[in-house]
Amino acid sequence: MLHSTIETGTALTADLVVEQVSVSAGKTRIVQDLSFHARAGEVLAIIGPSGSGKTTLMKAMTGDMPYSGKIALAGLEVRGLSPEVLAARRGVLPQASQISFPLNVAEVVGLGVTGVRRDRSFRARRIAEALAKVGLTGFEGRSYQDLSGGEQQRVQLARVLCQVWEPLPQEGLPHWLFLDEPVSSLDIKHQVQIMQLAADYAKRGGGVVAVMHDLNLTAAFADHVLVMQGGRRLAFGARDEVMQAGLLSKAYDFPLEILTRPGGGRPVIVPKDNG
Amino acid sequence: MALMSETALAGRSGRLSALLGLADLKHGDRAPLARAVIVLLAAFTCLVILGSLAIGPISIPVLELLPHVPSYVAGAGEHVPDGVSARDWIVLMHIRLPRVTLGALIGAALAVSGAVMQGLFRNPLADPGIVGVSAGAGLGAAAFIVLGNSLLAPVMALLGIYAVPLAAFGGGLVTTLILYRIGTRGGITSVATLLLAGIALGALTGAITGLLVYVADDQELRDLQFWGLGSLAGSNWQKVASAAPIILVMLVCVPFLARGLNALTLGEAAASHIGIKVQRLKNLSILLVAAATGACVAVSGGIGFVGIVVPHLLRLTIGPDHRYMLPAAALLGACLLIAADTLARTIVAPAEMPIGIITAFAGAPFFLWILLRKRGLTGL
Repeated sequence: MLHSTIETGTALTADLVVEQVSVSAGKTRIVQDLSFHARAGEVLAIIGPSGSGKTTLMKAMTGDMPYSGKIALAGLEVRGLSPEVLAARRGVLPQASQISFPLNVAEVVGLGVTGVRRDRSFRARRIAEALAKVGLTGFEGRSYQDLSGGEQQRVQLARVLCQVWEPLPQEGLPHWLFLDEPVSSLDIKHQVQIMQLAADYAKRGGGVVAVMHDLNLTAAFADHVLVMQGGRRLAFGARDEVMQAGLLSKAYDFPLEILTRPGGGRPVIVPKDNG
Repeated sequence: MALMSETALAGRSGRLSALLGLADLKHGDRAPLARAVIVLLAAFTCLVILGSLAIGPISIPVLELLPHVPSYVAGAGEHVPDGVSARDWIVLMHIRLPRVTLGALIGAALAVSGAVMQGLFRNPLADPGIVGVSAGAGLGAAAFIVLGNSLLAPVMALLGIYAVPLAAFGGGLVTTLILYRIGTRGGITSVATLLLAGIALGALTGAITGLLVYVADDQELRDLQFWGLGSLAGSNWQKVASAAPIILVMLVCVPFLARGLNALTLGEAAASHIGIKVQRLKNLSILLVAAATGACVAVSGGIGFVGIVVPHLLRLTIGPDHRYMLPAAALLGACLLIAADTLARTIVAPAEMPIGIITAFAGAPFFLWILLRKRGLTGL
């Protein structure tokens, strides 16, 4: 039931299909001829060195930047979709969010609650639930601008969750979360909690695409990994195929090694020790 | 109903605090407070209007006269109603009522324009008066004041009483568009660029207005000078008729922008992510602000700072949610402008002080205060 999808040709309509996508800013090509295929129900991590085009690719997928090629979300070409239609299909967490006026936390999160705007008790409950998910219970009345960067990031995530609350609505297609460096400003406890939340969202049938900097969190929580370099796809595949010392060292142009933990569990990626 | 379920949710919160909206406040819900403030402001606006109608060089018994107004208007305003002093009646119907009506409309329009512009530029210092939109509108209006009888006479004949408001609208629109182009890049507005561009545009429009002054005759010069200071003196029903339609359209349309402006608080990209058609929102906002500013400037000249002070005070009390802030701004703006105008025409009676001087005296220090407060946060 969880993966109930409708077949249209080769592509599953629940999927995110990216085919030969190029994105330019001015005259510079930032993303070049990139293709991959992500499934709802899984976490896709996009990794690669700074400037490799991760965020630009993300912007193309969320409908923020024009692109050539094909990006289909649930069978629909992103290029032609209106903001309303896109908003009903996917939520987007930007890297950092500054707000221009002193809204409080409940008001920021409430911006994500759409459709049922009139029912105040529903809104209040949903806002409280979303804040609980990101570990900010009781923050409703606090001023957003007075929070730390990490807290602000979690408030924004709560807002995005409100927008696409059900990972897999009972009738219809799965929702997607696009997260641009969701945990980069968080402390280690919240990094793990937020990644757990994303993995959970995928497990319940939603799609998750996250641009990641932290290779260990990627190794711990991603199902599939896309490695980018110079705007191109260097590698794409299941996590264990991609998260290899040789491939990662090449991607980041820096010697890395993978250590196994004494008691088993996820491997750890560290800089190679030459000493 | 909503209050009750909130109470149930809050659990420990008492019924009394729920009734006062305090329980909601704890949950970050400022809507009940905002609604209460709007009701209070509406009541207060009525009081200010009554007071302003009564006060002046001649005190008139407003409460006795007002009941006669509907039948008088229905009877096409032929005769002074029975049992009413003719002098009082004429002062009310031909001097104070049009003036207070115009004051209310302009105060509301200026405050709402300020709020919308600040939402659009994502900055509490954006205001039609400060970033040069009013100056642009002023140039359009001045062109018609000076050249209306000569060079622009055919246009004047065609548009009648709407010529000056439309010219002011055009001037305001062009200035706003130029400002937006210059000040905003990639969805982010640089305040410094915005204010500097405003100064440059102000200087340019000032220079062109200077040229107009150069060719103006004595009467036109007097008109220009007095008009430039901003005043509601000389209000009549014709001026009300020329400005009211534009301002009313703006006041009716603006609530539909509220959700979009709220979303814009997150930035243009995030607003689009939650389903807002950002470009359409921007176009509509600019159009409405330019139209309303044009209408205001055309009939009352440069009345400054209402658009800065009113939204800022409201953000401090009820929060920045535009669904409540915009109607509250309309009411508070109307209140403040009528009060300032009453002061303007009584403080040096029987002479009059231009109202723009009063709003600038009150508003400019307030603006500096906001700047100082913000400096610590943004390093502007």
